[in-house]
Formats: sequence, C-alpha cells, structure tokens
Amino acid sequence: MFATTVQKESWHIVSALVENKPGVLFRVTNLFRARSFNIESITVGSTEQQDLSRMTITTNSDEKTLDQLVKQLRKLIDVIEVKVLDTDKTVYRELSLIKIRAVDPTTRSEIVNYATIFRGNILDIGKETITVEITGTPDKIDAFKNLVELYGIAQLSRTGVSALPRGGVES
Amino acid sequence: MTGAKALIQALEKEGVDVVFGLPGGANLPIYDALVDANFRHILVRHEQAAAHMADGYARIKRKAGVCFATSGPGATNLITGIATAYADSSPILAVTGQVPLAMIGKDAFQETDIIGVANPCTKYSFQPRSAAEIPEMIKKAVYIAESGRPGPVLVDIPKDVQQATVDMKFPELIKVRGYNPNVEADLSEMVRAVELLLNAERPIIMAGGGVILSGAFSELQALAELVKIPVVSTFKGKGAFPENHPLAMGPIGMHGHAEANKIILEADCIVAVGARFSDRSVGKFDEFGKGMSIIHMDIDPAEIGKNKSVDVALVGDVKSSLRTLVKMLSKKIIKKDSDNPWLKRRKELIQYYAETLKDYPREITARKSLKKLRELLPANAIVTTEVGQCQMWASLHFDVITPGTFFSSTGLGTMGFGFPASIGAKAARPNVPVVDIAGDGSFNMTENSLAVSVLDKLPVIVFLMNNYMLGMVAQWQRTFYNRRYSGVHQHNCPDYVKIADAYGAQGIRAESMHELEKAIKAALKSDVATVIDIPIDPEEDVYPFVAPGTGLKDMITGA
Repeated sequence: MFATTVQKESWHIVSALVENKPGVLFRVTNLFRARSFNIESITVGSTEQQDLSRMTITTNSDEKTLDQLVKQLRKLIDVIEVKVLDTDKTVYRELSLIKIRAVDPTTRSEIVNYATIFRGNILDIGKETITVEITGTPDKIDAFKNLVELYGIAQLSRTGVSALPRGGVES
Repeated sequence: MTGAKALIQALEKEGVDVVFGLPGGANLPIYDALVDANFRHILVRHEQAAAHMADGYARIKRKAGVCFATSGPGATNLITGIATAYADSSPILAVTGQVPLAMIGKDAFQETDIIGVANPCTKYSFQPRSAAEIPEMIKKAVYIAESGRPGPVLVDIPKDVQQATVDMKFPELIKVRGYNPNVEADLSEMVRAVELLLNAERPIIMAGGGVILSGAFSELQALAELVKIPVVSTFKGKGAFPENHPLAMGPIGMHGHAEANKIILEADCIVAVGARFSDRSVGKFDEFGKGMSIIHMDIDPAEIGKNKSVDVALVGDVKSSLRTLVKMLSKKIIKKDSDNPWLKRRKELIQYYAETLKDYPREITARKSLKKLRELLPANAIVTTEVGQCQMWASLHFDVITPGTFFSSTGLGTMGFGFPASIGAKAARPNVPVVDIAGDGSFNMTENSLAVSVLDKLPVIVFLMNNYMLGMVAQWQRTFYNRRYSGVHQHNCPDYVKIADAYGAQGIRAESMHELEKAIKAALKSDVATVIDIPIDPEEDVYPFVAPGTGLKDMITGA
C-alpha cells in the first residue's frame, strides 16, 4: 500500500537549482513522464536566493538512465544547475506524518514510547488515533512505519527527501 | 506603444523578412499591427502549413522562421508543424494569440493551454503577462530557437497584453541564465579522437543533420579528404556531403543505400558528426557499431550515450570541432594512399550493387523519374520531400550535389510536410528552383497550399509520384501482413491535374519518360506552381529494406 524506500545502490539523490517561476515544476515532471524516468520523490522549495528554487529528486535508476536524467534536466532552460549528490557526503532528511489507530491505553503508551525512541513528535491525539511526526532518512521512516503497522495506519503523508551537501559553501 | 506593435517591431529588429500565418479572434491586435510591418505576411489556408512553411524557410536560411496563429484551434493546428520542427531541430518561432489574462483557466471560447500542449515539442515557451515584457521575450525566443541545438520556441500572447499600451524598451543584449549553448569540445577528447583516427584501418564518417544545421560542409569535406575517409550519412544528413564526391556513399538506414549499409558494418572506426544514432539510421542499438570505436561529435550533451555508448565524445558545434580536428590531424598525417584496400572496398561495393540491384520493370519508375529530375535540375536547386515511399525513393535515387540543398521531415515523418515546406524554402531563396518530391497520400494532406503558392507568387514544383495508394503502408502490408490491404487505396481520386488547375497552378500528367522530361522543363520555366502527376505502379516497392527491429546486416535488397 505504501511505497517503501529501499536505499540500494541504484538509489540516487539529484539536486537541481531552478528558476523560481510558474511552470518550472510542470516542465520538469513532464520531462520525466515523456522520457519514462522513474521518480520516487520530488520536493521543491525556496532557497537562500529569492529567484531560485531547489528541487530534490530521488530515483531508483541505473547509471545510464541517471546520466540521461541529469543531462535532459540540464537541457531545460529554466534549470540552472544539476548535481547527483554522493549520499555519503550529503545530509538528507524526509518528514512524515503518520496517523496510527490507537484506542486502548496500552497501545497508546506503546506508540508514544516508540515515537520517543525515534525522536518523533506527537502532534495530535484523538479518541481513536495518534498522529506522529517522524523526521529522518527514508530508511528510518520506513522502520517506524513497519513498527506501528500492526496497530493499523489510518493515514500517512511523506514529504519526500530534501538534501544538501555536507560542509563547504556551495550554492 | 501597444504590445502587438511591440511584437512587430521586435520581429523587425530581429531581421524577420516574412511571417506565415492566419488570423483569428485572439490575435486580431497583432494582425492590425501587421498592416504597418516592414516584412511580408503570407496567408496560409491552414495553420499546420504556416508552421511547415516557417520550418522550410528556417532550414534554408538557417535562421528562425516565424508563424502566427490565433488561440485554441489555430494554435493546436500548429502543433504538428512545431513537433516536426522539434524532431528535426529546426528553429521556428510560433506566436499564438491567447484569450485575455482574466479569462485564462475559465474554459473560455477558443481557449487552449497551448503552452502545456506544446511543452513536449518545444525547446522553450513564453507567455507575457504584461506588454512591457514582449520585446525582451521575442529577443530571447529567437536567440533560444537559433542557438545551440536549434528548435521551436512558442510565444503565447494574451489578447489584452497585445492591446495594452506601455512604454517599451527594446534591449540590445539579453542573457538567459540557465542556458549556455556555446560549448567547445574537450581538448583531451580531441587528442583521443586524433589517435583513434590515425590508428584506424577502416574509418568511416557518418554525417548527420548537425552538419547541415551548423553549415559545416567545407569542414566535413576537409576531414574526409585529409584522412581519405568514405562518407555515409544519416537520412537527415543527406546532402551534408556532395553525393557525387569520390568518397561519398549516401545515406544508411532502413532504406539506406545498400553499399552504405554494408560498408559501415565493415568499418573499425566511426566518426558520427552531428548524428543521434536514431533507430531508423542504425537499426538495433546494441548491434550497431559492435567491435568498432565510435567518435561522437554533437552540440547537445544529452545525445552522448543516449542511444549508443561511445569511445570519444566531442561536445560542441560540429563546425568548430571539425576545424580543430582537421588542424590537429594535418600536423600528424602522412599522405594516405588514395588507393588503399579500404577505398578499393568502397568502389567494389558501389559497383557490386550498381550491377545487382535491378529497377522495377516499367516504363516509368521512381528510380528513372528521379534520375531524370536530377539530370534536369541545376545543382543548386532545393529539394524537399513528402513522407513515405516517395521520401525513401528520393533518398535512394536523387543525389544531392550542392550541400545543404535537401531537407525532409526525417524525425517525425510528417505527411503533408513537403509542399508547404517547399513554399517556405522558396520564400527564403526565391531565385532557385524548389521541388517537393511527393506522393499522392502526403500531398493530399496539405494540397490547399497551392493557393498560397499561386497567390503569393512562390512557384514550386510538386513532383508527384502517384500510385493512388498510401504506398509505404501498402508495402508493409504486402511484406508483413500477407498482402491484406487495409485502408490504403485512394481509388483514383482526386484528379491532380484538375486540382492544380482549380487553384490557377499548372498541372501536367506525364505518362512516359519523354512526357516527364517535357513536363520538368515546362515546370522549370513556369511562373506558377506546377504539379507533375506521374503515374507509378502501386506494386513498386522501396528496396533495400531493413525491417524494423532488425540490424543493418539483415538488409533485404529486393523482393
């Protein structure tokens, strides 16, 4: 039901600086569709420069496909710069909100315990559910998700990965 | 100044001398401003033709061809032409009208999200939200269309933006931040290319469309002559190299010249110049070029390794790369014997197939007609084609002598392209004869451009090899579907001589080689368009043939 992130060798993080203007996300996603590139997640947001956005794309692709994906992205006029990030030299995080079924007190305290261990936050407690925020690598979120699955996951929302290279001062 | 006026002035500043188009509700302000323009407007009968005309113009002028259409159906009618230009990297600038800003997204009358529709087949697109943006956008649009790997650019202008009056500034210089088309090939890669070429025993040049787009004709010839390399081309690269040159071998591919398809498999080093290893040229990607070294020159980095992994990549304008390569090679090369075994093999193959491949047994055949056409046309005549059997026959039997005088819809394979494109080419170079090598199926699709050819005094010659069949489809049905014909017969309709006559053009039926010769001579003298209707036997196939999904080694040379 939920996409699981398997961080195998073919898993890549692509970081792109793009013009911050209407239609850019459309051009990028349309390119992926037209050339059958498989995208696992894509996030877009503002950067330190007002007129630029950063797109972080994760994909499971072999080297040849990744090479084409990067080159085709670079060809887009609104794309300023594209880098494949070395996951060992990159900080990357994903945020997820997980609404878990929890009616009886034992379940509730178990979930709260797990959330603490995973350094998550309890965002909301209702009569039948607890909503937890977990931030981390996709693996960590998968691990938490697998742990609480037996209680029943009512709803789940993941943001996709956001990433920056470690150290240095790179734009 | 209004936005519409600014558009016209911006185009004038870009040196535009002709625009092809058709007005409608959403581009009325543009057409009003057009009355005072210092360039020519050519009114088409269908917007698809406007895009093809702009494309034909662009391929001959090697600068952006411009077309206008209104919103909605006017704009969507352009799409086939835009996609054709995109597939063949041709610089066209399409300017469409759009519903007023406040109506966008309201499903207004004649509203289409044309930017969205055109996205996969445009290099870039613009939609000004205020009139003041127009001058800079047009300058950027032309720059993007013409530079690097050329391609179509769309400018979609809402009607109220055309009407708005603001102070205009026309920029002298523009910069597009994410776009750096001027790349030079890496010098270390160049050194490796020199080494590979010096050590190759059986080198071959595969000239692609990039040579024509870059105008690198003399540079290509210099390389071929210096190293004594036989030159094959892709179909799009047909005419990048004079086909009567002692090193020429003609196009490879699905309907390539037999000797070209044969020799490229025997080579040990391929220099692909501005070519993209398309399936129609090389057959199976994995099979092609096995055991050979490949040097790939292209201006588009994304072409490197897309269809074919290569040994050396020279990314940059092929004209500049060829120049550098020739300069570096000429310091090292010892005059190669012009009678080496490899060049002997070239002659041997040409001779073998000249003796082996028989023409279809009829008084008039495609081969005979096209040889006759070549004989009677001046070397600098411009030739384009429709799509299908006529196109492949042109590739096989019509030799291009002056480089850059042949083009066709090679990538998208757009039926109906040739005739309007030939009119665009005529507008670009009015003083040379322009011929559309046509089939009836394709000519049918855009034959109403006869009105444009006659009224705008752009007389072209439609060389119509008429079998009243969708001939290539029929050939595939004969070959792969046990002759079960489906949807291919045109049942002797229409009468093309009468069609020509109805538009005030000249129609001549040529039923013998003698009549054909007379017709071509009459057409060359005519000051109106001429349709030469040449009855071709509907059973005549195009050979050689490399079936789809097979390799060049599986070429079939006859029935």
